[in-house]
Amino acid sequence: MRSSHSLAGWLFAAPALTVIVVFFGLPVLAALALSLTDFDIYALADINNLRFVGVDNYIGLLQNPMFWKSLGNTVYFVVVGVPLSVALSLGAALLLHSRLGRFKGFFRTAFFAPVVTTVVAVAVIWRYLFHTKYGLVNWGLSWIGIDPVDWLGDPTWAMPTIILFAVWKNFGYNMIVFLAGLQSIPEDLYEAARIDGASRWAQFRHVTLPQLGPVLLLVGILTMAGYFQLFAEPYVMTQGGPLESTKSVLYLMYEEGFKWWNLGNASAVAFLLFVLMTVVTSGLLWFARKRGVE
Amino acid sequence: MRCCSLVALMLALMVAGCARTRDDRTVVRFWVMGYEGEVVAKLLPEFERQHPDIHVDLQIVPWLSAHEKLLTAFAGESLPDVSPIGNTWIPEFAALGALEPLDDEIAATPGFEQADFFPGVWDTGVIDGRAYAVPWYVETRLPFYRRDMLAKAGVKTLPASWDEWRVAMREVKRVAGQGNYSILLPLNEFEPLLSLAIQQPEPLLRDGGRYGNFRSAGFRQSLGFYKEMFDRQWAPVVTNNQISNVWDEFGKGFYSFYISGPWNIAKFKERLPASQQADWMTMPLPGPEGPGASLANGTSFVVFKDSPNKDAAWQLIAWLSSPAVQAEFHALTGDLPPRRSPWLTPALANDPYAKAFREQLERAVSTPKVPEWERIATEMRLVGEQVANGRLTVHQAAEELDRRADRILEKRRWMLDHAAKPGGTP
Repeated sequence: MRSSHSLAGWLFAAPALTVIVVFFGLPVLAALALSLTDFDIYALADINNLRFVGVDNYIGLLQNPMFWKSLGNTVYFVVVGVPLSVALSLGAALLLHSRLGRFKGFFRTAFFAPVVTTVVAVAVIWRYLFHTKYGLVNWGLSWIGIDPVDWLGDPTWAMPTIILFAVWKNFGYNMIVFLAGLQSIPEDLYEAARIDGASRWAQFRHVTLPQLGPVLLLVGILTMAGYFQLFAEPYVMTQGGPLESTKSVLYLMYEEGFKWWNLGNASAVAFLLFVLMTVVTSGLLWFARKRGVE
Repeated sequence: MRCCSLVALMLALMVAGCARTRDDRTVVRFWVMGYEGEVVAKLLPEFERQHPDIHVDLQIVPWLSAHEKLLTAFAGESLPDVSPIGNTWIPEFAALGALEPLDDEIAATPGFEQADFFPGVWDTGVIDGRAYAVPWYVETRLPFYRRDMLAKAGVKTLPASWDEWRVAMREVKRVAGQGNYSILLPLNEFEPLLSLAIQQPEPLLRDGGRYGNFRSAGFRQSLGFYKEMFDRQWAPVVTNNQISNVWDEFGKGFYSFYISGPWNIAKFKERLPASQQADWMTMPLPGPEGPGASLANGTSFVVFKDSPNKDAAWQLIAWLSSPAVQAEFHALTGDLPPRRSPWLTPALANDPYAKAFREQLERAVSTPKVPEWERIATEMRLVGEQVANGRLTVHQAAEELDRRADRILEKRRWMLDHAAKPGGTP
């Protein structure tokens, strides 16, 4: 009886599983195999030129200062960008959820608008905004007596500018998720808290945050996974420069694979990023489980 | 009724299809990148009129995806018969064994004068002594300059050597005004540094392209000159990303020399106001000791090895390379011809802006012909950027570049040592 049940279950899942195996599992395995070779244009010309190099690609990467630099840039982007993005989304969602808010429909649309724009088109505008000589940002800063900053040309400022751009571009999406989460918190919890004399801050800490726990976890994981895959922003804004201060791991992979056709090396980069993201996401899940959020 | 008309339509299509298959002309599949594709479409009817047995199937490919598309087509065995490809891609496709040597056709075609081509440009298509490509149009890099700024700075004669150029840049910087510079060397392009590096007698790679040769005295001298221009603040430490409009800034005097290619002739004519049109000109690139070499970039026709219509493909190349067609092509695009005779036509001979390019092309030099070259040039740009920022000395940069080049060339050394592959290791 049980076995026929489980057979039925497998049968129902079979179409989806087949698709996953064929279009996800196999390519991943193929990429893993590729990362153990030195597949390049010479191998494309004649497969006899393909060398099995074992873990040499990985060792080479770990010894390559460029890999560490791009990893450092990516971690910088994630560590600063993710909390900033989540905090901003939550703040915006709280403001929009507040009963005191005005023109909610307008602001909801306005905050969400950057999400649906094209990175390339918006990047052009941002490049003008952050132009050293003619940019609106430096013009505004000059009013309060701050000297012009070379936002995209100075290695110390380029990454913060990219972070600002990415956060601005993406926070609207998480805001909508938070808004949905906020709307599902029962009003009587707040009522009970108010009767107990809880301040606004206490209400936020002891009612809103715990109730939002699962949503926060979801948003945190999705944002982190997305931010680890930083590519489009530096690609259109700075091409990884200046002095490679905005080159991300994915950018490195793109160059190795699609610009220089070193597919073996590029696969190795992709796998290292995959391992890193898995570790970090599992860590986050473990932390959440320990705190009793799930 | 609708069904009937549909059937009628299908019948009509079949008839049309049959009509086409009954057309027994040889079909040459021809991929052309970018704007030149649109222009060459206007020339092709005349070719087909002169060659009634050939039909050209033109496909226009955007430049941005062209390289990837060609490689994918190679892997999928669906390359066209003939295509003009970037000069720097020729070694790569030759290494893939995708190209057909053209020496026999060149020798057998009456009126096809190889000696008429600029030698450095022709050389880009010659690998291991065999010609794989015929240049279509060329570009080289040289300085565009502001005549009024040079006059204001008291520079009477155009600098021909680096020393004279140093004096000119120093004087221009003196009169350019606060926040302005003498020259723009965008840090996101490898061409300015490469143009200076290629002027040296030492090759950039040694031992048949097995190792980097950036430690040579010549390269270090070029890199030193490059660094000097940033150190003395003759050049701003910027990429093109930070300059929203290179033509406009040139007009405003942010810099008075700008190393760039022939396409900017039309751009400056279009972008600078009428009142400034008399203020700019082009000049040959100064060299270490006198007029120097520069790059031989551009595109060249290649015939792919798997093509079933090599004869017809060659006829198309020969026709598009004839001086008359080249002159017409220049009139339509502004692209510079790779052979001397079209330069005698009034349109080119009387163009003051093209004159420096004509002179420079005689001294154009091919970059090292290894498939990895573009990557090495990119590393050169990155290291050059560090030098410009004062993060590396010239000596450190030269060693670092050799290290990177040697690593990139590892597979090539293995290939050459094993020589496992038939079909042309360069």
